[in-house]
Amino acid sequence: MTTVLQALNEAMHEAMASDERVLFLGEDILDPYGGAFKVAQGLSTQFPDRVLTTPISEAAITGIATGLALRGMRPVVEIMFGDFLSLAFDQLLNHACKFRWMYNDQVRVPMVVRTPMGGRRGYGPTHSQCTEKHLLGIPGLRVVAVNSLCDPKQLLLNAILRDDEPTLFVEHKLLYLSRLGQSSRPPRFEITCSDSVFLYPAVSVRIAGAPKAGVTIATYGYMADLVLDAAWRLAMEQEIFAEVIVPTCLSPLDIAPILRSFERTGALLAVEEGAVSLGWGSEVLSLVAEGSPKVGRFVARRLGARDLPIPSSRPLENAALPGVQDIFDAAMQLVTRQEKNAV
Amino acid sequence: MSDTTGARLMHEMLRIRLFEERALEEFSRGRLFGTTHTCIGQEADAVGVIGALLRSDIVFSNHRGHGHYLAHGGSMRALAAELMGRSTGASGGLGGSQHLHFPGFYSNGVQGGIVPCAVGMALAEKRRNSGAIITVFLGDGTLGEGVVYESLNIASLWKLPVLFAVENNRYAQTTPVSANFAGDFSLRFKAFGIDVDELDTTDVVVISEAATLAVSSVRERVAPRAILLNTYRFSPHSKGDDFRDPAEIDRFRQFDPIILLRARLSHEEYDRALIVARDEVMGAFAQAEKDAWPDPAALLDARQELLKP
Repeated sequence: MTTVLQALNEAMHEAMASDERVLFLGEDILDPYGGAFKVAQGLSTQFPDRVLTTPISEAAITGIATGLALRGMRPVVEIMFGDFLSLAFDQLLNHACKFRWMYNDQVRVPMVVRTPMGGRRGYGPTHSQCTEKHLLGIPGLRVVAVNSLCDPKQLLLNAILRDDEPTLFVEHKLLYLSRLGQSSRPPRFEITCSDSVFLYPAVSVRIAGAPKAGVTIATYGYMADLVLDAAWRLAMEQEIFAEVIVPTCLSPLDIAPILRSFERTGALLAVEEGAVSLGWGSEVLSLVAEGSPKVGRFVARRLGARDLPIPSSRPLENAALPGVQDIFDAAMQLVTRQEKNAV
Repeated sequence: MSDTTGARLMHEMLRIRLFEERALEEFSRGRLFGTTHTCIGQEADAVGVIGALLRSDIVFSNHRGHGHYLAHGGSMRALAAELMGRSTGASGGLGGSQHLHFPGFYSNGVQGGIVPCAVGMALAEKRRNSGAIITVFLGDGTLGEGVVYESLNIASLWKLPVLFAVENNRYAQTTPVSANFAGDFSLRFKAFGIDVDELDTTDVVVISEAATLAVSSVRERVAPRAILLNTYRFSPHSKGDDFRDPAEIDRFRQFDPIILLRARLSHEEYDRALIVARDEVMGAFAQAEKDAWPDPAALLDARQELLKP
């Protein structure tokens, strides 16, 4: 059965095979090592001329990709850990994302920066963060997060071959070994991907045959796996049914699928792995509050990591990051509040 | 130096000088947006180095880029219009003084960040065997940025056709080199295996000859090279930030590149160059002033729409 890692690796092979303009740059990406998380495996053997191993220079390689893109290439950069994006921040914010705009639409910067994100591996404060949080809301930057529900291969192919904007492609480390699609799930999840005309679809998941859902859970990336586990428990243990909405494009965010689900359920839980304050979930709640006529009886909350750096020791890390039980409890609390409101 | 070369170089420098002087005037009248960094005194760098390039070569410039833009063939009217925020500006009024573009010319106002972009462009041109080289302009202050050294390392390692043109005007905004620079300018390049030509002159003819050799070397060897131009700017960094000793500025006036070259031209040659340049500058600003403002609602809505996936 295919894993997210295999799907991403296949996407890289297919993108490089189908378009000569695709160049791949990163640290330690040559075979036999094939990159720290192995997404690059086999590429340097297959395309020795277009896979460039680089010095440890995240800023320069992101800038080099920008220059390549400005001159007609479609570069892909691998940043070994998402935490190191801080080193490339100026290149993304003040260069890659600005040229098309500030040159009055005369140029394009089609580039993808791929990076593993997130914790739960004990890597500690500087190798476990969800730094995409700091890159949301930058005009001109797409932030796309892969998940195990919606074909990662097509998502990465779209980012590399079909999108002309600079794109940060977020791959949660624990997703690499996740198995894809329906077959690894409890059998009665109904998984719907939004229209394939979108480069970056949103997925909605409900339990097949369930009565009207009582809560909408919006999440992305690896957290979707945990949210589904919690949703299954909520259904089995409490007869609370959730609709789970999983966008792949975090920024700019199309709130419509989340909003539509909220209109049906009246309760919204936004879940992310990054530190909860001022995060993606804050934006989701704001957009729903602004967009819904039901805002008068808006029952909503965010769930994310505690506002702390990520600890290394497993019990500490588990306590800092949101887990299945936390999602379960947060959803229960929301539904209870909603019931009180209704009384 | 043939007569025609001298007259041409004078014309090139004068059109930059007069443009910059006019820009400062317009700024004082409140008719320009933001700020403006003029290159008065440094014209020989732009004219000498860019004059050695082919039109098909690429120039990546910085915050002090008007001279580079004009020397590489950018439209003066589009530059004036850009400073005045008009729809006909080089960047449609979206970019302003530091963010200029036409095919083969790029600029950005963040110190050092343009250097890896230029190196990436050199990689693109090398891979497609276009024969084009990239010239990126840095200042003494820019050498404080770490990403510059990441870029020098990779440009040398991958043998990329890029010319690093460093204009050392002795000040990073208000801070003299003595207060922000350790060691030696050329050694910073040599440490990465990049050859450097260091010029202690504002003579455009000397710069032009050295640049021609440097450019051929980059093109033929397909490898990076640096040209270090020790120069001086008479104008302030931008506006209202000049705290240099006026006596020091006066001392450097004897090295004004226009004065140096003028001594070698006839009165007629100089006057002709001056008149042509003055007419061009007057025409550019007169036209730009009449140009339409961008339509904010329509433009911003359309651009926001473009950013959606």
